[in-house]
Amino acid sequence: MNLVWKIKPRKPNKYYNVENNNPISRDRIINDLVPKRFGKRGMIWTSILIIFCLAGAYAYYRQLTQGLVVTNMRDYVSWGIYISNFVFFVAISLVGSLITAILRLADVHWSTPLTRIAEIIAVSAIVFASLIIIVDMGRPERFMNLFLHGRLQSPIIWDVTVISTYFLISLFLLYLPLLPDLKILILHRKPSVNKFHKLYVFLGSFWKGHKDQFRINDKSINILCVMIIPVAFCIHTVTSWLFATTYRPGWDSTNFGAYFISGAFLVGAGAVVVAMYVFRRYYKLEKYITELHFEKMGKIVVMLGLLYLYFNINEYLIPAFKMKKAEEEHLRELFSGSYAIMFWFAIFVGMLIPIFILITKKGRKPLPMFIAGIMVVVGAWFKRYLIVTPTLLHPFLPMQNVPESYKHYFPSWEEWAIAIGSLAGALLIITFFVRILPIIPIYETIIEQNEESQKDHSL
Amino acid sequence: MSLNNNENNNSRRNFLFGGIAATTAVLTGCLDNSHPFHTEESIALTGEKVKLLSVNGDVIEIDRAFLKPVPDLPTLTNDEERKGIAGKKFVMVIDLARCKNLRKCQSACNHMHQVHPGQNWIKVLGMEDSIHSAPYWQPTTCMHCDEPPCVKVCPVDATFKRQDGIVLIDSDRCIGCRFCMAACPYSTRVFNWEEPQLDPQVAEQHYSCESSMPQKKGTVGKCDFCPDMSRKGELPHCVQACPNGVFMFGDLNEDSVTNGSETFRFSDLIKDKAGYRLMEDLGTKPSVYYLPPVNRNFPYESGLENQTKETK
Repeated sequence: MNLVWKIKPRKPNKYYNVENNNPISRDRIINDLVPKRFGKRGMIWTSILIIFCLAGAYAYYRQLTQGLVVTNMRDYVSWGIYISNFVFFVAISLVGSLITAILRLADVHWSTPLTRIAEIIAVSAIVFASLIIIVDMGRPERFMNLFLHGRLQSPIIWDVTVISTYFLISLFLLYLPLLPDLKILILHRKPSVNKFHKLYVFLGSFWKGHKDQFRINDKSINILCVMIIPVAFCIHTVTSWLFATTYRPGWDSTNFGAYFISGAFLVGAGAVVVAMYVFRRYYKLEKYITELHFEKMGKIVVMLGLLYLYFNINEYLIPAFKMKKAEEEHLRELFSGSYAIMFWFAIFVGMLIPIFILITKKGRKPLPMFIAGIMVVVGAWFKRYLIVTPTLLHPFLPMQNVPESYKHYFPSWEEWAIAIGSLAGALLIITFFVRILPIIPIYETIIEQNEESQKDHSL
Repeated sequence: MSLNNNENNNSRRNFLFGGIAATTAVLTGCLDNSHPFHTEESIALTGEKVKLLSVNGDVIEIDRAFLKPVPDLPTLTNDEERKGIAGKKFVMVIDLARCKNLRKCQSACNHMHQVHPGQNWIKVLGMEDSIHSAPYWQPTTCMHCDEPPCVKVCPVDATFKRQDGIVLIDSDRCIGCRFCMAACPYSTRVFNWEEPQLDPQVAEQHYSCESSMPQKKGTVGKCDFCPDMSRKGELPHCVQACPNGVFMFGDLNEDSVTNGSETFRFSDLIKDKAGYRLMEDLGTKPSVYYLPPVNRNFPYESGLENQTKETK
């Protein structure tokens, strides 16, 4: 009885189980949603990720011993794919605040099964954002200087502050809704056959399911949801300021904060769509992540895509209208020069085509959504690369008196290995999370199914 | 009454402090082997005496065995290096009419600072502002801006502006984030991507922000206006090396700049020759002024022969 207690009545979720209107029984839900052992495909997937991570670790070992000379960054292109990868991670982590906080505060309930997916993407991405920025440092062993000699005037200090705050809030937003589920997990199987019993007990044994505990937990989650929205806006705005506080063409833009945030929401929503599809297929969650979830997410992605399109027009076409001397070289290189293929790929594949796919009702079915989601994420990665690198190749003073290799940039294998390793690492965190903890909130699903059945009875 | 009390208090405090100090002194004296008056018995006397002048002005004689080389100690503390030379405001004037791209400035600077091969702290850029305007050679140093964008963004105060106008880097503090390189509109900063190739003597030196030596892997470097030379009363290496007197260095407070052979009143020079600074519109307020390439000593083309393939 404890389990069905809650603080405020929620609207029943009509999107569950649309195929047959019967609510799913409590035991069935628990059996469906408790973490499962990896199958053969799961093991292969995990091993591949671990191999990529090890390759990245080896590349970083080489970088630590030899210095950043193993990268192809040089004095002009002094920031490369490490930084664009960092921006990508920060961007994708913003989705946690969108799905969890914004939709929760707007009293939207269909998103319940997606909250944990969004939140674990946010946490794993922010972990690797922090790691990749340390990888980029020439003297990582002096990291503590940021605290010993930190200058509050520097955007990097702002970034360190807001990213660590965002990480902590996200971690709590992942953990607090997990507490009722931990109790279910502890009781579900006997300790002897429960592989992660000790971990569950360590994480959630204090949770008894008292009314007061639920009240405090619900209140805390609400407070965190309010807090995380400004912090989420800060992390990506401050990340955009790392560029916008300089004079460089392509970075010197007052549009940058909004441009970054809209792009971040888009790529994060795309990532959630991809994850939804994969978990649904692999764990047979069709009853929990229904086509109506895809339908709703599809509309959100279209809206975010159009928003991003709006800021892209501001970001590229307005400077292109004026073609100031410094901007001209940069924009020509993007529109029709050596970065043109990548630029138009990012614009079309990362934004326009997904909008066109998802704007139709047929396009909002799971498979086309999955494809559109992948396009958004891949396009977004290249877009971040385009934001960082071409600008650095267009300094105000001509590139002279330097070796030829300083005038171009293509990442070295060490950079690729580290960048891919960091992406694999983020996926590995998500993979292990799914293995250990339920990716769809069990407790909340039971509640919502229960409400539905009560409603049916009353009718 | 109250005065007396105060006095009592003071004397008691003094007594206490004195006591503590004395005790500590005695303790350290007993415990510490490196006590200055502690005689090392292991020294074998050579019998050869050396005459020295004592601090009192007396000539004294000691055994050669007691002579030890003075350890290499920094002459200035990091704090003093960060403050700068009091009363100075360094400026540089670069006369574009005199430059023929000889790059003696560059090689002298690279040699003296042991800049990594391929990198330069001074670049001599072949400039052409628009299609129909005349090309010219522009030696480009750090601008030592009064509103330095690099200093603004540094998260750890590793690059800083001194009271004498010089912008320096503390390579012992730099974390290698390279934000300053992204922020600098003059692209003047270079990064030690790998272990710097240094002479063994240089590598053993104490690091000094003023000499920027020895450079360190994973940190940023750049033109430092050679404050170590200014302390010695000498001109920066580039100024000394240039045979054409392109570089004039001096103090804005004294209103004078010199290239070693000629000295000018700074304000007159800038006024007469219409001196200007680079990218004035950015508001960085550089300390380096340029004199426009008019009435040139050399045609632009005479500098082309120094353009090697690699460094073009």
